[in-house]
Amino acid sequence: MAPGLEEYLILSALLFSIGLFGAITKRSAVVILICIEIMLVAVNIALVAFSRFITPVELTGQAFAVFVIVVAAAEVAVGLAIILTLYRQRHTIDTKKVDLLKW
Amino acid sequence: MNSMPEMLTWIIPALPLAAFLMLLLLMRPLKIKSNLNGYVSIAATAMSFFFSTWLLVNIVQTAETKFIPGFSWLSLEGAIDIQVGLIVDSLTAIMLVVVTLISLLVQIYSLGYMHGSKSLNRYFAFISLFTMAMLGLVMADNLLIMFMFWEIVGLCSYQLIGFWFHRPPAARAARKAFFITRIGDFGFLAAILLIFNATGTFNISEVHSLAASGVIAGTTITWACLGIFMGAMGKSAQFPLHTWLPDAMEGPTPVSALIHAATMVAAGVFLVGRMYPLFEHSEAALTTVAVIGAITALFAGTIALAMNDIKKVLAYSTISQLGFMMIALGLGSVAIAIFHLFTHAFFKALLFMGAGSVNHSTGTFDMRKMGGLARPMPWTCATFVIGSLSLAGIWPMAGFFSKEEILLSAFNNHPLLFVLAIIAAFLTALYIFRAVFMTFGGQVQSRFKPHESGKVMVIPMSLLAILAISAGYFNATGGFLKLLGDDHTHSWIYGIFGVLGHPLAWASLLIAGSGIFLAYAIYQRRWISSRKIARRFGFFYTIVFHKYWIDELYEKYLGNKLLNSGLFNLFNKFDSKVVDGTVDDVARLNLNSSKILRLVQNGNLQTYAMAFMIGVAALALMVILVN
Repeated sequence: MAPGLEEYLILSALLFSIGLFGAITKRSAVVILICIEIMLVAVNIALVAFSRFITPVELTGQAFAVFVIVVAAAEVAVGLAIILTLYRQRHTIDTKKVDLLKW
Repeated sequence: MNSMPEMLTWIIPALPLAAFLMLLLLMRPLKIKSNLNGYVSIAATAMSFFFSTWLLVNIVQTAETKFIPGFSWLSLEGAIDIQVGLIVDSLTAIMLVVVTLISLLVQIYSLGYMHGSKSLNRYFAFISLFTMAMLGLVMADNLLIMFMFWEIVGLCSYQLIGFWFHRPPAARAARKAFFITRIGDFGFLAAILLIFNATGTFNISEVHSLAASGVIAGTTITWACLGIFMGAMGKSAQFPLHTWLPDAMEGPTPVSALIHAATMVAAGVFLVGRMYPLFEHSEAALTTVAVIGAITALFAGTIALAMNDIKKVLAYSTISQLGFMMIALGLGSVAIAIFHLFTHAFFKALLFMGAGSVNHSTGTFDMRKMGGLARPMPWTCATFVIGSLSLAGIWPMAGFFSKEEILLSAFNNHPLLFVLAIIAAFLTALYIFRAVFMTFGGQVQSRFKPHESGKVMVIPMSLLAILAISAGYFNATGGFLKLLGDDHTHSWIYGIFGVLGHPLAWASLLIAGSGIFLAYAIYQRRWISSRKIARRFGFFYTIVFHKYWIDELYEKYLGNKLLNSGLFNLFNKFDSKVVDGTVDDVARLNLNSSKILRLVQNGNLQTYAMAFMIGVAALALMVILVN
């Protein structure tokens, strides 16, 4: 039996939750970035699934997913650059130690 | 003389105002420092005097009250409409002539007295403004406008007392005069508002007719009258608001002659006289006026005995004479009070000019340093003695006639007031001749070479001396009093000599004469040592010498203890604790709550992300639940 919309959405929700958990709990900036990528992938799966099951003829969801992938690539580039600069400045990428905006 | 066109009445106060503006806006920028300043204001006052005299002659001929329409000053649809106009009756006309004449003579005298002094421009400008305000005050037909002029007069008094403001005592005296008269002004303003509340008008003659028809009556009238009298007490320096007048002697002497002897201090008497139709309806207010007047007359007379500064003697004498006028008002005769005001204006201005002339020559006001000035200063001496005789009430001087009227009025109405007045009259003769003998009698003690003052000072004094003798003759057959509406002509007035047919005249002459003789015995012949008397009556002397400690009472106890550390301290505490406290507490609440709330901002991105996610989840939950 081929999986239906529901299964895809459950997969997407699981992936999103895993990504969110990682993004909130992990200390390393790189891991947080990876987790955000996982969340984006989860969203992409949901988009494509919706498109496939609700409007099979038009490929709007797929097109949107491609856009998200492109933006995510750009985001990773910027994010890694920030992390690199951060490391050069403070010799750490531990987010708990870069809390300068604290009261 | 032709009757004067009505609109010309406006020119009487307009001329000094024009002089004031010209001095301030034209001569001051041009930095004209000479007597030219004086000429401008003298010319304006002289013209005002001319028109005032013309007006008085008209009034005497027609004996009617003129209401000269003016303009609408303030008009609020349906609520209030204040018309400014002039009221010209005999009372006004007499005051106009007195004010312009004294002002004119004082300004001429000032040319000599103030010669070479700095800021002549400021001096004459304020004298002009004062003259304008005083003329406006006596002509105003509207209580509100009258109050405005009343305040301008006070302002000019303040400015001129503090003319030499670089001298701390002068600046202090000016402040004191302003504050203390302000206490009285408060009462006056309250009375005006009370009257407006009861009648809905500020117009004086309307208020009078409403009082006559009984629209305002009872306690309202009494309170209104007491308020008005409070204003009069402040301006006319009646006990207990008298303390500013002796200090006001720090001003230039011509100013004392004009403002603090002849005109402004008489404004209180004028005010009560103008509002007399109200006082008529309140027995309590009239009694208050008479009692305060009698207390003041006696009390100031005793202080004048112990003063060594000639101007202070004259100042207390003025207070005492104003008390006499208040007695006359309280006993129900405006005409007699104004008659005494009229004669007093001349002889008291003369006495002040004499004191100024002496000061001009010796450089001091301290009578202990004077003496023997009769020979080097014959004119000053002669005119001063005439003024003193007039003040003491010696026949046939002007003061005799007006003082007799007051004494007779008291004699007929109230024996106790009569006794107080007659004692005050005795004191008057004693203190003024003490001043005469200390100044002009005895030996020259002054280190200076005393000399007679110049003509410009002697001529005004001589003119005033003539008036100090003759001003009483206007009433020789009761004409002056009749002009002011007092018809119950006294039986004993039969010309200048006929007066002497009355026993009361002899009684008061005897009393005044004995006062003069006592002064002669103590201060001229020194049959009795003044020191010995001071020691014998040590207790009394100490009290009088310290002016009953009224100044100390006001400053130390009323001012410092009661007000500063009592009431004002309370206000201060209220302000800092309650008002500021509330503001501080609001601020503190913010501060403390933000101290707790700031802990949320821990700078950790992931906490924010967590909060963000919880928020989104909550919103999603809400959407699901609602659907």
